[in-house]
Amino acid sequence: MPHPVLASPDLIRFEGDTPHLVGSRCDECGELYFPATDSCTRCTATRMSPHDLGRRGTLWSWTIQGFLPKAPYDSGETPETFRPYGVGYVQMESGLKVESRLTVADETQLQIGMPLELTLIPYRTTGDGEVFTFAFRPSASA
Amino acid sequence: MAQDVAIIGIGLHPFGRHDTLTGRAQGAIALRAALKDAGIGWESVGIAYGGSHDAGNADALCNDLGLTGLPFINVANGCATGGSALASAVAAIRSGSAEFAVAVGFDKHPRGAFNPHPRDWGLPDWYGETGLMLTTQFFALKTRRYMHEHGITEDSLVRVAQRAFRNGALNPQAWRRREMSYAEIAESMPVNLPLRQYMFCNPAEGGAALVLCPAEVAKRYHPKPIIVKAAVVRTRHHGSFEVFSPALAAQQAPAPTVTASRAAFEQAGVGPRDIDVLQLQDTDSGSEIIHMAENGFCEHGEQERLLRDGETEIGGRLPINTDGGCLANGEPIGASGLRQVIEICTQLRQEAGARQVPGTPRLGYTHVYGAPGVSGVTILQR
Repeated sequence: MPHPVLASPDLIRFEGDTPHLVGSRCDECGELYFPATDSCTRCTATRMSPHDLGRRGTLWSWTIQGFLPKAPYDSGETPETFRPYGVGYVQMESGLKVESRLTVADETQLQIGMPLELTLIPYRTTGDGEVFTFAFRPSASA
Repeated sequence: MAQDVAIIGIGLHPFGRHDTLTGRAQGAIALRAALKDAGIGWESVGIAYGGSHDAGNADALCNDLGLTGLPFINVANGCATGGSALASAVAAIRSGSAEFAVAVGFDKHPRGAFNPHPRDWGLPDWYGETGLMLTTQFFALKTRRYMHEHGITEDSLVRVAQRAFRNGALNPQAWRRREMSYAEIAESMPVNLPLRQYMFCNPAEGGAALVLCPAEVAKRYHPKPIIVKAAVVRTRHHGSFEVFSPALAAQQAPAPTVTASRAAFEQAGVGPRDIDVLQLQDTDSGSEIIHMAENGFCEHGEQERLLRDGETEIGGRLPINTDGGCLANGEPIGASGLRQVIEICTQLRQEAGARQVPGTPRLGYTHVYGAPGVSGVTILQR
């Protein structure tokens, strides 16, 4: 199966059809970054290596985006068609917290500490089809 | 010991919406009012620092005030622009490079939430395009986590907003001058839960200006000079939880507000318990609650009780945002931090009318926070 068209392909690495988040790791002090950077704001080193951040985490904080963002948001929605979406920080196994869209936008279904896993969701439709971005969805285990 | 600096002139063009005035015109009105308050002319000003986010270059004010040839430095530090302008003006007087300095700010923002562009902030395009780069999201995410860690409930979020509008109703210059019921706030539209419509301030318009000089000569110009005991700006450290962060480090570091506040108290030689009246950045209810503790005015989690017991009211032990804060005044970015200082000066001069704190307040405090992680703190003394 071909992989979906991504808003930013650099953020994702596929193991088979399973997406993983890719960031970077400081060669000097080991600090992790998402997205990948070319310098370390912790120790000021400039040698970084790509790093697989995995695909599982727990919900660290969350909100629900209740209004249509202005540009540069480019989902193509209008105030009439806009549907609120969840946003959270997801604590990965390393402890790094990644800001992400959530597949859930129902406040009764979101709880700090709940296990989540990475998925890809369409957030925009162009003439050529759907464009996907990364998101986290509830999972059975962390 | 560097010499003390005093504020001898304050001027405000009320915040709100003013369809017939440019942002710069509002800045000019505020600056002329501050000069009049100080009893000096523009030609006497030796250096000026000013900022505007959406209303043009601040030094264009010279076209209104007069082309005197003075050094006029444009300041652009997000919501902390006013605090940065003031800290720079104080440093200029302390260094002896000018006898009179001006800090001025004005703005005029489009309606609705701010829409920053990722590249201006060193961030990739996808961060904005996929709907993650909103200041309101950050405030909600930080508030949600803080509530979880420190046992703060939605009750406190409502009470902060209710007090802001109650104080705004006492302030003839406030934008929002209508008191709101608990239910009206608690049931208002969810913007970014846990934060709702009336728990957020709005981008607005307005102007604010200060005139400063060495403290030793201040009484020649104003009968009630206000001494700037500290004016400190700090930026974020690696690991602090800041706006526009696609990820947060595993190990957290204190916010720039914490480091700015500690440095200011140390400079001034006083502590949080000595402060009689204060302004805290209230972009939203949650931020004010977090800032109460980050600035050292209470323990984390203690806010719930302080708010419920009325301790942060005008007549309370810890009067916060007596003019209604950002919630009741709106936020013209360039002017907002200076509005805070003007309110504290007004309180210390005991000229705040219906919103005047009781007794004879001696020490005041202001705190501003802005993207992408800048805090400005001042400690002011009558």
